[in-house]
Amino acid sequence: MATLNINGKDLSVDAGPSTPLLWALRDTLGLSGTKFGCGQGLCGACTVHLNGAPVRSCVTPVSAAAGQKITTIEAIGADGVGKAVQDAWVKHDVVQCGYCQSGQVMSATALLKSKRKPTDADIDAAMAGNICRCGTYARVRSAIKDAASQLT
Amino acid sequence: MHFDTTTFELPQMLRRRRNDASDGLQVNGDMPRRTFLKVATASGFALGAFPLAATAQGAAPADAGLKPTQQPSAFVRINRDGIVVVTINRLDFGQGVQTGLPMILAEELDADWFKVRSEHGNADPAYVDPAFGMHLTGGSNSIKNSYTQYRELGARTRAMLVSAAAAQWGVSANTLRTEKGSVIGPGGKKLGYGELADAAMKLPVPEKVALKDPKQFRIIGKPTVRLDARAKSSGQQGYGIDVRLPGMLTAVVARPLVFAAKLKSVDDTAAKTVKGVKAVLRVPVDRGGEGVAVIADGYWAAKQGRDALKLEWDTAGVEKADTAKLLASYRELAKKPGAMKYNTDVSKLASAPKKISAEYSFPYLAHAPMEPLNCTVAFTGSAAELWMGTQMPGLDAMAASKVLGVPPTAIKVNTQMAGGGFGRRAIPTSDYVVEACQVAKAARAAGLNAPVRTLWSREDDIKGGYYRPMHVHRAEIGFDDKGNILAWDHVIVGQSILKGSPFEEFMVKDGIDATMVEGMKEPYDVPMRLSVHHPQVNVPVLWWRSVGSTHTAYAMETLLDEVARATKQDPVALRMKLMGDKHPRHKAALQLAVDKSGYGKRKLAAGRAWGVAVHESFESVVAYVVEASIVKGAPKLHQVTAGVHCNLAVNPASVEAQVQGAALMGLSMCLPGAAITLKDGVVQQSNFGDFMVPRITDMPQIAVHIVPSAEPPTGMGEPGLPPLAPAFANAIARLTGSTPRELPFKLA
Repeated sequence: MATLNINGKDLSVDAGPSTPLLWALRDTLGLSGTKFGCGQGLCGACTVHLNGAPVRSCVTPVSAAAGQKITTIEAIGADGVGKAVQDAWVKHDVVQCGYCQSGQVMSATALLKSKRKPTDADIDAAMAGNICRCGTYARVRSAIKDAASQLT
Repeated sequence: MHFDTTTFELPQMLRRRRNDASDGLQVNGDMPRRTFLKVATASGFALGAFPLAATAQGAAPADAGLKPTQQPSAFVRINRDGIVVVTINRLDFGQGVQTGLPMILAEELDADWFKVRSEHGNADPAYVDPAFGMHLTGGSNSIKNSYTQYRELGARTRAMLVSAAAAQWGVSANTLRTEKGSVIGPGGKKLGYGELADAAMKLPVPEKVALKDPKQFRIIGKPTVRLDARAKSSGQQGYGIDVRLPGMLTAVVARPLVFAAKLKSVDDTAAKTVKGVKAVLRVPVDRGGEGVAVIADGYWAAKQGRDALKLEWDTAGVEKADTAKLLASYRELAKKPGAMKYNTDVSKLASAPKKISAEYSFPYLAHAPMEPLNCTVAFTGSAAELWMGTQMPGLDAMAASKVLGVPPTAIKVNTQMAGGGFGRRAIPTSDYVVEACQVAKAARAAGLNAPVRTLWSREDDIKGGYYRPMHVHRAEIGFDDKGNILAWDHVIVGQSILKGSPFEEFMVKDGIDATMVEGMKEPYDVPMRLSVHHPQVNVPVLWWRSVGSTHTAYAMETLLDEVARATKQDPVALRMKLMGDKHPRHKAALQLAVDKSGYGKRKLAAGRAWGVAVHESFESVVAYVVEASIVKGAPKLHQVTAGVHCNLAVNPASVEAQVQGAALMGLSMCLPGAAITLKDGVVQQSNFGDFMVPRITDMPQIAVHIVPSAEPPTGMGEPGLPPLAPAFANAIARLTGSTPRELPFKLA
């Protein structure tokens, strides 16, 4: 049993310390917005924020997340930057199958939280860990730029 | 009345195909309508106001004799608050039909677009493809084959709402008009569709309805944001993998590393001690192999249990495919003609003034959709309910019925939004569904009375097949100094996708799998002899977005360019000349891409070259003009300009998205790491670290332009893929002097 601070609430989770945070979120807590894509931190579909920084929850053990502030896609819209990113995602019609997009939105939000005016190179670097098999990257770029302009 | 799903499924399609040489795959959904009504009710459509019409119509005197696919009651629900819910007869796995089909229906209904929602249909007979008569999302057919169907559904619904308003006001229906979800009467009287739904549903369904002139369209043709954009941007969209049922267990399966191998021994001592593991069970797996399912209360426990298994496999008697050896044998085979597709005289090869000899190789490719494969089965012993993303729910239901030993009518499939597919979820063997049913059956036999979700890891997905087949092409082309092609001898070697599948009967003719030669020869009027070899190999293969055109377009369009270079002709001019007057859509698409890109007019930055290709697949044409260079020894694609001819673009925003995505998937074939290889029967790749897919850093600038048209639409899920790789290769060839003959690209 571990206690995790998720989206501002302390929740007790019946999961061993080595269980990846991803499975504690999805299978134990039923927070299924965070997606399983590769299990090895290679695709970014499972991205969540730990104290505001993006991490891959599929390779983050519960023990490493305990005592930290965990934010998931379910709550990122309550944040001004997260909301701007989601609004831009809708405006630019970014999603196709949408499965990777929770992770894309979390990575994009983390980028704009640390850099309000990202360059093209900043965007590519921050988003290179998030695979989209549908190929929505062109619209991901446009949406991030738009969200950045809305935030200034 | 007894209703047997199978009579409406694939076997019927095949029977009809056999009996009807004239073609068309015309299947009339000729099930008696009363049967449909019964099925519709029994299968539990969540009835709002409007669909009650389905039952009401059963007793209504004016039975229009419509097919299930033409009944508004199965497709439209109008709530009293005016919300219109449109059921789609396809799987949406990113291609956008979840928005496109409702747009078509809403257009003729004159709905208020902001009140339109959509939901997936299931394996009920109403949701078959009206042209194929089976449940199928594939071949870029969704919009094409359901365009008229959904227009008529919208028009029928509208007519019923207008009649209801006319009766209420005591006026003639032809004095009324509709606009944005309301019927408007004399003096500006207005009734919302939600207010009329109760009365409308009691009226007979009109058989014949007038459709709009495309000039009147106000929804179709407008770039429209996907209906699921918000849900998918906020983690609210559910997929198959997200299904949660009370008491549900999760299974992961240890499958043989060599396809079709059987178990020699199982030591599950350690696996059973993993906390959360409920059972470890031997199960039959695909291709006659055996596997071990570890069933636990969640994925992580199941996976840890699987990792703790000690398994020995019996691989004696199982072919151990090896891609290096296969490639050598394919190259040998390609030197001789195979089964003849076009038996053209190529004797002019010997005397042709100029010649090109070329050999190409294309590797196995995994689909690797982002949502790992999964299927959840709730099996009671006499009935079962399934949840999964699938392109063929009807076929899967039949397969499940066979495995579980219950009639097809006892199987309910709940089609789920899918996280990509690219062909992997249209599987003639229903492999991942069959396996999940085997697991559920074994679990029940072991006393676990709970729904079981069988979930694949990414490693399972990359290592487990199915794959785009590996191919070798060999071509000998003879031509004159002006680029007139005198003879073209072409041989393709590769496994048949369809041999042994239910599709074999009508898509494999004279030993030639139609999916392997599609995209050859056309649109060029060249004297081509084309033959094929289909070796049998112990590697499971399947269509991969755009199917045969993934390799045929590459061979055709790079060879054409070589003829142009060898005769110092402009590659666009040569294509236009060879197409003559027969292919106006190809020419329009190519010309649009040329004009918009500035090809031939704009000077490129130093080190860059133009590349051009055009290809038709699934009745749509896409042309690319690209700019590429070589950066630090690696080919780099910078800029893509697309010219698209898909007739009427129902949702231009969706067409653009599909072209962007398909172009990137086409590019994926060229980039390092885009290959599945086998050694001693074992797949050597396992995850995104060694089976590489493009990332944002690979994405070129891309501009998509659509040729205006009001003709009935053709599909766009796949056609953007084939011409990308050859356009890129043609640019590289202009820089290096030689066409990359091997995919992914390897520069000499």
